[in-house]
Amino acid sequence: MINIPSTIKISLRSLKVNKMRSGLTMLGIVIGVGAVIAMLAVGSGARQRISAQISSMGSNLMIILPGATTSGGVRMGMGTQPTLSMADAEAIPKECPAVQSVAPIHNGVAQIIYGSLNWSTGVVGTTPNMLEVRDWALSAGRSFTAEDVRSASKVALLGQTVVENLFGSVNPVGQNIRIKNVPFTVIGVLGEKGQSPNGQDQDDTIYIPVTTAQKKLFGASFPGMVRIIMVKAKGADDLLPAEKQITELLRQRHHIGQKQDDDFSVRNLTQMMQAAEQSTKVMTLLLGAIASVSLLVGGIGIMNIMLVSVTERTREIGIRMAIGAKTWDIRLQFIIEALILSLIGGIFGIIIGITGSQVLSMLAGWPTIVSAASILMSFSFSGLTGIFFGYYPAHKASLLDPIEALRYE
Amino acid sequence: MALIEVHEISKVYSLGDIAVHALSSVSLSMEKGEFIAIMGQSGSGKSTFMNILGCLDKPSSGQYLLEGIDVGRLDRDELADIRNRKIGFVFQGFNLLRRTSALENVELPMLYSGVPAKDRRQRASEALKVVGLAGRENHYTNQLSGGQQQRVAIARAIVNEAPIIFADEPTGNLDTKTSVEIMELFVKLNAESKITVILVTHEPDIAAFSKRVIKFLDGRVISDERVAKA
Repeated sequence: MINIPSTIKISLRSLKVNKMRSGLTMLGIVIGVGAVIAMLAVGSGARQRISAQISSMGSNLMIILPGATTSGGVRMGMGTQPTLSMADAEAIPKECPAVQSVAPIHNGVAQIIYGSLNWSTGVVGTTPNMLEVRDWALSAGRSFTAEDVRSASKVALLGQTVVENLFGSVNPVGQNIRIKNVPFTVIGVLGEKGQSPNGQDQDDTIYIPVTTAQKKLFGASFPGMVRIIMVKAKGADDLLPAEKQITELLRQRHHIGQKQDDDFSVRNLTQMMQAAEQSTKVMTLLLGAIASVSLLVGGIGIMNIMLVSVTERTREIGIRMAIGAKTWDIRLQFIIEALILSLIGGIFGIIIGITGSQVLSMLAGWPTIVSAASILMSFSFSGLTGIFFGYYPAHKASLLDPIEALRYE
Repeated sequence: MALIEVHEISKVYSLGDIAVHALSSVSLSMEKGEFIAIMGQSGSGKSTFMNILGCLDKPSSGQYLLEGIDVGRLDRDELADIRNRKIGFVFQGFNLLRRTSALENVELPMLYSGVPAKDRRQRASEALKVVGLAGRENHYTNQLSGGQQQRVAIARAIVNEAPIIFADEPTGNLDTKTSVEIMELFVKLNAESKITVILVTHEPDIAAFSKRVIKFLDGRVISDERVAKA
């Protein structure tokens, strides 16, 4: 009969007797578990930041850009040719079943003046659909209407950054501002969005009716021209069909022959972001895998020390056998020693991992998330490591011949 | 029924091609309560004989009955159990665990026989009292003198109420005065607790404490005499 509590007691005693060695052996596991937890925390932090940015952009989002002009052999780059029109923007939701909503954009940079303060920012001329396309709520006031677009009203929605810089604590709704010296009335304030995936402040913006932007602020090289069309597909599965439908529709509307290239391009923003999220996931796994190698090395360290320990304690094993320790008494003693080493190491590793990821967040500014799953996983993995690498030395110890072992100097 | 009965036991070691006969056809019987000294020069086979009697080793041939149990048929773990319950060892080099207290050393055999923690503690301190080490329970073994360490070893040998103590040169590392004290302790245990003491020694002075002397030479018993005590 094997007495487990007694064996645990025996193991604890021998670990206590060799404090220094036990500590050093544990260190391998501490570093391994700590590294796994910290790396997974960095990975999931990065992932969470990207998903937050994706949802801040608006879900299932695509943009249509006009094509590039070629002027005397010089290709001017995407978006320089005014090929997209208001009529295109109106046709897309009617003709493409996968599209939920569309917002044309005619934008520019302008100086905004309120009282004695001024601020330069991007002014976006668009339609009321923009708020739906971008999943953007108002924090105060109301949005402009289709009627405002039709009549080119001089009304504006302000982003939070603009409000902060021009109004401070004053309620901007109902106030008059001047954009490029044209007077506008503020009718609403946009909710806070934060940074875009490429680091731009999405709140530093002003929305006005697209017609107002075309006629009164930035002009247009031909009537009804827009710079960008933003499209929201009905769902994640509709992104690819929507892209296909839009391409077909616009080629038809722009009279593009079969052998000619598109004079516009459709970009699937959400898909690009999901790819980025996917790559972060892969990075997390990779970091975790690299960190697990250190856990494995820690396990080999345990085996190494346990083997040394078995040799060094041959005489002790002999004494124990002489006074009645059975095969499994000895085997369990060493397995439990290895297990205790790795579990205590695991506990310290968890502490190191959590503090380490907090220090990383503070020093490097990376967001980190320590998940309960990663703690549980690395802790149980450290336990398994202990049993796995402790078994061979324990087995070796249990097979010693008591007479030989007693004679060992 | 004799406590120990050996019939024609032999032990042969093979060193390469050469077979070394450490024991040749030894037959003996020992009764409960005896105090026996086994004597002989080194290489006489007395240590091999002790190892076999102590269930640390098995004979190559022959039969060994301990309290009627045929030890030769037992496996490794069953032998360990016999050593745990029936046999107490006292070695020349004490063989105590280092950096461990006297009490914990004495508790050790009970850890392997599943005695509850509270009883272990109590029985270990009682055993230490019997060997005259009351008050030194928490001393580490390296803080004790040679004689005291050997007393701890004796306490460990008797704590599981084993009927037999095997003592292999128990005074080999001790000075004369301490040797006598240790031997007197064995005599007392033999007389008062009826523990069978089997002693291996090459010193006639030490063997003189026993009641029966068995001499070995070249793997054979050459004499077996009962000593009349005054």
